[in-house]
Amino acid sequence: MTFLIQQTLIYGVPLLIVALAGVFAERSGIINLALEGIMIFGAFIGVLFVRLMQTAAVFDAARTAGNYLALQGLELLAMLVAAVCGAIFSLLLSFASINLRADQTIGGTALNLLAPALVLFFIRIIANQNTLQMISGDSASWFMIKKTTLGFDRDADLGFFGNTFLHKVYLATYICIILFIVLSIILYKTRFGLRLRSCGENPQAADSLGINVKRMRYTGTTISGALAGLGGFVYALTTANCASTGDVAGFGFLALAVMIFGNWKPLNIAGASLLFGLFKCIAAAYSSIDINGDGVYALANIGISSHFYRLLPYLITLLVLAFTSKSSRAPKAEGIPYDKGMR
Amino acid sequence: MTHEKTPLLKRDGTVKLLASLLSIVIGLVVGGLIVLFVGLGNSEIGAAGASEGLRLIFAGILSTGRSATGALTWGFNPTNVGNMLFRAMPVIMTGLSVAVAFKTGLFNIGAPGQYLMGTMVSLIIALGIDTAAVPAGCVWLLAFLGGIVAGALWGCIPGLVKAFLNINEVLACIMTNWIAANVVTWVFDGSRFRNVVENTKSGYIYKTSFNGVATPKLGLDRLFPGSQVNAGILIAVIFAIAMYILMNKTTLGYELKACGANRHAARYAGISDRRNIVLSMAIAGALAGAGASLYYLSGNTEFFWTTYQSLPAEGFNGIPVALLALNNPIGVIFAGLFMAMLNIIGLQLTNLTAYNEFITDVIIAIIVYLSAFSLVIRMFITGRKRKVPPKLGYEPTPPVKPAEAEPPIVQESGEGGEIA
Repeated sequence: MTFLIQQTLIYGVPLLIVALAGVFAERSGIINLALEGIMIFGAFIGVLFVRLMQTAAVFDAARTAGNYLALQGLELLAMLVAAVCGAIFSLLLSFASINLRADQTIGGTALNLLAPALVLFFIRIIANQNTLQMISGDSASWFMIKKTTLGFDRDADLGFFGNTFLHKVYLATYICIILFIVLSIILYKTRFGLRLRSCGENPQAADSLGINVKRMRYTGTTISGALAGLGGFVYALTTANCASTGDVAGFGFLALAVMIFGNWKPLNIAGASLLFGLFKCIAAAYSSIDINGDGVYALANIGISSHFYRLLPYLITLLVLAFTSKSSRAPKAEGIPYDKGMR
Repeated sequence: MTHEKTPLLKRDGTVKLLASLLSIVIGLVVGGLIVLFVGLGNSEIGAAGASEGLRLIFAGILSTGRSATGALTWGFNPTNVGNMLFRAMPVIMTGLSVAVAFKTGLFNIGAPGQYLMGTMVSLIIALGIDTAAVPAGCVWLLAFLGGIVAGALWGCIPGLVKAFLNINEVLACIMTNWIAANVVTWVFDGSRFRNVVENTKSGYIYKTSFNGVATPKLGLDRLFPGSQVNAGILIAVIFAIAMYILMNKTTLGYELKACGANRHAARYAGISDRRNIVLSMAIAGALAGAGASLYYLSGNTEFFWTTYQSLPAEGFNGIPVALLALNNPIGVIFAGLFMAMLNIIGLQLTNLTAYNEFITDVIIAIIVYLSAFSLVIRMFITGRKRKVPPKLGYEPTPPVKPAEAEPPIVQESGEGGEIA
């Protein structure tokens, strides 16, 4: 059970934060189909930053001294850098769709094609292979929080909650959850949030009340890019052992599906992303899931092909979209370039 | 109609062509700049390496390798040109696939999945029917048709959910892509089609030539010695012409385009929009599946079956091909050739320099990015502002618009009835 909850969180949290990225863009009126591409870019930048720090041996002293606080600082810095670069990358989409009134679907697709191409081009030149990894060690030995990290004894029993939420976890997971809560409150309970959302519903009315629609849409898409870049690095850190391969296995698109399933509302999105995280976790680790701790790996014993579990998240997404599409409510003005003259 | 009065440079067709060419040039220049800066910033590559990379990006198709002294040599390279024709074959087909869907207002990003399903069924038929019992030609034809049907059926899925449940076809397509990748791996895992004879080739399916099935060469191999080219490129061109006739000269084509221009108006005019959306996606899927069949029935190509973590690039490259060709099936032939040329250039870069083939993907992505605002580029070329923006090939639709699922077309008559 502990394992199941931890794995679900590890897969669910990147979905959560990237789905919120989608909400920020769409609520401001821009369809951000480029989430996948921005995630790929953010993952690359984050891993590259960690590598550069390792090359420069900035944190080696802290690592040998067992100063885990400094290493958590490195993780936070890498997250920050990934978010900033994700935001910068997303400016390509904002510029095309806000200033040049481009087709947002094609613009987003272009970014989705550009990110893996650029990333793989540089990875091949830097590492001479198609994967960019940490120079030494792995994400578990550098960044994972364990019992010993927190000063407990190796054999200490922390109880169910302690074992689940304090042992073998990443700080990034909790940062993302806190960010999700804070940003959701900003989007729904502040004046700024209301103004942003109004640009996605009726930009003409918002404009007539003195809101700068263009600036609001830039803000929404940039926040979206930052969150997606951050989510991409968190995905690479927690599920891919801090390696960048120019691919996030369709997580950006899954996040879009989570957003639609969650009806563009934070609480529903939180639930949806945990559900999808659970399916992703089953797909990735079905053979080692021991639900009630009796040593029987139920899912592995049923004898269903592993390929079935792997395609399950995508199949469920399609089915869920099919059954919920009738009741979902998208921001009204999303995808439509803002034209002052239009009423 | 008024072509005689409009000067050549102001004609719509000319402007569109110029816009596409401008996109290509900008894409190549940006790609070249990246190569230049990376080269100058990397001591191992240096200025000499950067200049080699630049020359290859712009003229890589004419590269003949390196001379004994290590300098790049240039000239007509029949192997490269033949391989370009060969690689153009699948992207012309997926380009047609994306273009047909665009015409109906749908963004078929599901071409990779349809391509994979076409591959799977084609290979199973081509390798599963023993050519000792059935003539190889018949097996080829059956496999080709099987690929088309598989692609069409797979394309139907996003079409159906779009038409009846109004789910955004982009998301549905992406999901079917990943499902297809997993299904293909699932089907081939443990099957008897895995290549176990050549044990250096782990993870591959047999070439169809193991069963004596291969596309005829028609002498093209003598014209372009050392290349993989075969008659498949001619079939692709025939398909492009057929699609041109279908879209421009038949009632079906007119109905498809009417649905793309305005789904609700088309329905008002008595055209079944749902039927046409499904049909358009089925045709698009069939074309992508046919492209996969042509590629893998060549006899000299191998399919890597543990593909569940990646999608075929041929499918995605259909998108830039269709956008560059502005959804014109004849234009798709040339755009497909250009895309294949970029592909060859990428290989030359990988083989001859410290750069790699991914820079050509960057160029492709930039071209797609530019075509997103092709309208602005066209206005830049004509140097004037249009009062009525000409419609793009693709009408942007938000993911889900339940309000429009049942458009109030008959509202007026309904109100009239109440008054009466």
